[in-house]
Amino acid sequence: MNPRFVVAKVTGAIGTLAFVLAFNFFLFRVVDDNPVDNLFRGRNLSPTQIASLEERFGVGDPLALQFVKYVRQTLQGDLGLSIKSSRPVSDVIMDSLWPTVWLVGTATALSMVIGTLLGIHAAWKRGTVTDSSATAFSMITYSMPDFWMAMVLLAAFAINLRWFPTGGFEDAGSTATGLSAFLDQAHHMALPAITLTLGYIGEYMILMRASMLDTVSEDYLQLARAKGLRDTEVRRRHAVPNALLPLVSLSALNFGYVLSGAIAVEAIYSWPGLGRATFNALEGPDFPVLQGLFLLFSASVIVANLLADLLNGYLDPRVRLS
Amino acid sequence: MSELSDVVVPGSAQSPRSVAWARRRRAAGEVWAAFRRHRQAMAGLIILLAVTVMALVTPLLADRTGLSAVDSLDNPVWASPSGDFFLGTDNLGRSVAVQFLYGSRTSLLVGVAATMLIVVIGSLVGVIAGFIGGWVDSILMRLSDWFLVIPFLPLAIVLARILGPSIWNIIFVIGVTSWPYVARITRAQVLSLRQRLFVERARALGASRRHIVRQHILPNVAPLILANATLAVPIAILTETTLAFLGLGDSRNPSWGKSLEEAYTAGAITRNAWWYYLPAGIGIIAVVLAFTMCGRALEEILDPRLRERR
Repeated sequence: MNPRFVVAKVTGAIGTLAFVLAFNFFLFRVVDDNPVDNLFRGRNLSPTQIASLEERFGVGDPLALQFVKYVRQTLQGDLGLSIKSSRPVSDVIMDSLWPTVWLVGTATALSMVIGTLLGIHAAWKRGTVTDSSATAFSMITYSMPDFWMAMVLLAAFAINLRWFPTGGFEDAGSTATGLSAFLDQAHHMALPAITLTLGYIGEYMILMRASMLDTVSEDYLQLARAKGLRDTEVRRRHAVPNALLPLVSLSALNFGYVLSGAIAVEAIYSWPGLGRATFNALEGPDFPVLQGLFLLFSASVIVANLLADLLNGYLDPRVRLS
Repeated sequence: MSELSDVVVPGSAQSPRSVAWARRRRAAGEVWAAFRRHRQAMAGLIILLAVTVMALVTPLLADRTGLSAVDSLDNPVWASPSGDFFLGTDNLGRSVAVQFLYGSRTSLLVGVAATMLIVVIGSLVGVIAGFIGGWVDSILMRLSDWFLVIPFLPLAIVLARILGPSIWNIIFVIGVTSWPYVARITRAQVLSLRQRLFVERARALGASRRHIVRQHILPNVAPLILANATLAVPIAILTETTLAFLGLGDSRNPSWGKSLEEAYTAGAITRNAWWYYLPAGIGIIAVVLAFTMCGRALEEILDPRLRERR
């Protein structure tokens, strides 16, 4: 690939990261100009105590110096302390990272595969009952608030049918290890994963269907048919690979939303991930945790964007040469 | 439309302006005719009209006091749907039907008002960037790039938490976080319009920038902005719903999302009080679906390349 294309994209991403870092600092500074005042309001602290706390939080310094300190600490992985638990924000994030990656990552991958296959099928059978029901299904699930779907599925399959647990990561007090622990966690994850998968499918299905229909009218497909290839061959070897191009971009982009994608759904299923951490931080509010999460969410989207651009440039020469 | 009809016949009473308006009316008539033939679009429009009428006549159907827990003290709590309470009651004895009716007003208001803000900011930025170009364009596009990359929902959540729970704050939050998409589309359209002959002709004849933007650029980007606005409303409504569910909604103006949050926190799921959480969700789906169907149809009608996809 053209090195200039890569360099331009990478510098662009670094610039955006720098912007997000600065934005993150000033946004939360507007809310909470003096955390010491807000935290210890009405506690009758002596002036020396206030001074020492202000020094600890660094709020006595001029804004520019605070900003420099903030940047340096963030780059060292120090995101400050949670107001609620007094634990380092980076620890709070690390604890919740894995459950979210596991849950939303699974749902994203599943919906990608199912949605794409559904889209190919619908486009190939354009105008039939299969097509219109697949499109209707996608449009309806796409229009649903994901947390409402979570509520309905929870009521139906966990409360009434009792097929699945109502929430959590594993059975309370579980000491299981190995395979039985994995099965227990998978059982807990099933319902939230189904919810998210249903919520995501529509986007892939609709895009893949549209992309297939654009491809179907291309000359090289006419040629493939004229050569006498069977219908399934034309679809598999000529239509699908070309139609997949926009899907690759969308998928790479959506992996950036894995971390922040399930805030309300995680809250409903008490899934101990980043979404529930965000939900918990809203009460209070626990601004240092919110700030750290917001930075992480933005950074992951920026990185995914960069990967999508590079992947697109690699797969489609028109992009990298223009 | 034929080119001939644009020519002003010498000696006729038609002014250039009236000719232009006649042409625009005819173009709008053509779009409407195509819209009417579009089954999905008409289904969406009928749903939207029904919900709008419902939202408008709500004060005639039910009194606002039905939303207050104090005024509902005499009602049974958690009553399932019956003759007295069409959609049952909640944990405080309030009628779910009354909440549903008033919720439609807030959800629609937030959706439409936020979209208007998105359209105003987005088209302003898009027209300025596309028409002026140069460093103004670079700065504005860089800014919109940044806003596109910052994950939208977390940003909206943080802003809403900072500003506090009121529907105006939610409208503001959705507006300032969602304009870049409209800005980019408008800019692209303005850039291509600038190259068109009629704009060059106007410039050659000495027309001012103001005249060109108002008479030639805006009327031509307006349909595209309309299609995008129609597609922005469902996103705005869904965002409001999620914000309200996360506890950032306005409790004095309960929306459908707020009522879902109250249902959830009151334990409607574990009590199997389906009448409390199903109506608001179905209302949201209906409105979001209807706007999406209308918006996609408009897009299809205005962009002939998309017609293949039907």
